[in-house]
Amino acid sequence: MSSSNAVRSAGRFRVRRPWRLAAEASALMIAAVVAFPLYWMVLSAFKPAGEIESTEPRPWTLTPSLDSFRRVFGQQEFGRYFLNSLVVAITVVVVSALIAFLAATAVTRFRFRFRTTLLIMFLIAQMVPIEALTIPLFFQMRDFGQLNTLGSLILPHIAFSLPFAIWMLRGFVKAVPESLEEAAYLDGASRTRFLWQILFPLVFPGLVATSVFSFISTWNDFLFAKSFIISDTSQSTLPMALLVFYKADDPDWGGVMAASTVMTIPVLIFFVLVQRRLVSGLGGAVKD
Amino acid sequence: MKRVTNGASPAPAPPLDGSRAAVRRRGGLVAARKAALRGDPAAEASGEASASSGRAAGGPVRGGAGAARKFRRTGGGWTPWLYLAPALVVLGGLLVYPVYQLGLISFLEYTQAQVSGGQPTTFQGFGNYATLFADDQFWQVLLATVVFAAACVVSTLAVGCALAVLLTRVRAVPRLALMLAALGAWATPAITGSTVWLLLFDPDFGPVNRIMGLGDYSWTYGRYSAFALVLLEVVWCSFPFVMVTVYAGIRAVPDEVLEAAALDGASQWRIWRSVLAPMLRPILVVVTIQSIIWDFKVFTQIYVMTNGGGIAGQNLVLNVYAYQKAFASSQYSLGSAIGVVMLLILLAVTLVYLRLLRRQGEEL
Repeated sequence: MSSSNAVRSAGRFRVRRPWRLAAEASALMIAAVVAFPLYWMVLSAFKPAGEIESTEPRPWTLTPSLDSFRRVFGQQEFGRYFLNSLVVAITVVVVSALIAFLAATAVTRFRFRFRTTLLIMFLIAQMVPIEALTIPLFFQMRDFGQLNTLGSLILPHIAFSLPFAIWMLRGFVKAVPESLEEAAYLDGASRTRFLWQILFPLVFPGLVATSVFSFISTWNDFLFAKSFIISDTSQSTLPMALLVFYKADDPDWGGVMAASTVMTIPVLIFFVLVQRRLVSGLGGAVKD
Repeated sequence: MKRVTNGASPAPAPPLDGSRAAVRRRGGLVAARKAALRGDPAAEASGEASASSGRAAGGPVRGGAGAARKFRRTGGGWTPWLYLAPALVVLGGLLVYPVYQLGLISFLEYTQAQVSGGQPTTFQGFGNYATLFADDQFWQVLLATVVFAAACVVSTLAVGCALAVLLTRVRAVPRLALMLAALGAWATPAITGSTVWLLLFDPDFGPVNRIMGLGDYSWTYGRYSAFALVLLEVVWCSFPFVMVTVYAGIRAVPDEVLEAAALDGASQWRIWRSVLAPMLRPILVVVTIQSIIWDFKVFTQIYVMTNGGGIAGQNLVLNVYAYQKAFASSQYSLGSAIGVVMLLILLAVTLVYLRLLRRQGEEL
């Protein structure tokens, strides 16, 4: 790397060389520390049973084995749990993105009475601790006959991801110049046409960034799955499957780590796919 | 603004105005054509321009635009409500109504007998709250929750901001490494993060005790060490949000400002305190408030790592406490009362946030 180039990408400060090297060394070290738990998770998933339960843990393994994964996938209906988790997360992401898009458009593109009040309500709704609502939701789901169904997970998660999604999408909808909208109307486009054929594609990156949050909170959900899926285990999701291996006194660490790996990978893939938009999305949400 | 493109740097973080860049990329065809059609270079060029300047740029235009604007600005009649309807229905049914129910249950006698219909529900007034407030454990848990959340927030912010500044000091490769590691930690589900950290600190099989020479010291046995362990995990999985957001914010600060400060001989700490922190104030407010909200509501980590609240409930926080009261001992009304207390505390935080927003003169 040429020096002028290096100075530019090293940041905006003319940092003296030894300092920069020290900074880079510590950045790499911190990166290693931060990544270490994930490394250890994958490593432990591949270690043969004897090595995990060894009092001399080594940061490598010479005899990787798939035993733990076999145990995980051999567990009753693990594939089904995986599928359930996926169905719940994807449904929530798609439905809440569409609803949030419409709502964000309404509050940024129109002026109407109660607009500010609504925005404040969305902000407050974002703060509501969903855990506190488990109790009333439990009875509500029971009355709807939704207990033990995936619906009992999907419905609340849509509701809980909406306020944040609307709040975040606002920035993206705002960033689309109003002149564009005027031009569209002048060209004779109807409101619906403008909404879906012009605004929607423009805001799409924002939708992707937003969907990260709803995907993660849904995929990670543990409390609702634990509380609402009480007797029909065929409707369980991954966190519950993971806990099968985790018993406080004598956890099957190999199984737990293999299941954790399986559960983490889809989120990681999702993150890597959307990370650029995620970062810009955060910028957009925070900036305005 | 200078930093419109990310240059050759392969950093995963585009600058703060990346949303616009992304918007432009994505809808390139339509947007570019329309922008060109309208001869509207300002919207293209202005890097930092948020809606306001875009709006200003669209000002002096063809005659018909005024009509179009009026058409929209009058509110469009029922259209906004039509767009809002799905959101309002969902939120009303699954958020507002449960909150109402939560409040209601907290005033009732509601245990297993009432759930199964064996006994009629009776109105208790503030009876449940009186029971709760008379219980020493509640105050202990409340204190633990506040202190624990505060410690998490402070640590997360300190780590996140420090690393964001560090990111601006290093070249592309270390930056990418740190960014990817942080994204990995961020992406890790709370439940898997909890189990992995437990294994890392396991007294028998964990590497941490070996490295630190702690023998078979049990982290989850003592109250404070258990809280410390959970805190480490929480910071690990929540600092990336702060780091990425603040980093994006720093990238948007004009070069000249920082160069001027450096030329004046300001130290790094001084630059952060006197230049960056004030400029990043809006962003810092957002990440602080988000952190408070998230850390106050920690559930999974405590539940999994301390096995449902620790030995004799020593590691309970409000959330887990409410859950245990309601679902483990069927005292639904007490659990609801705890939930209401949490709601009120978070509501207070929100109101502070709104005041801060107002003071910054933000238009909602």
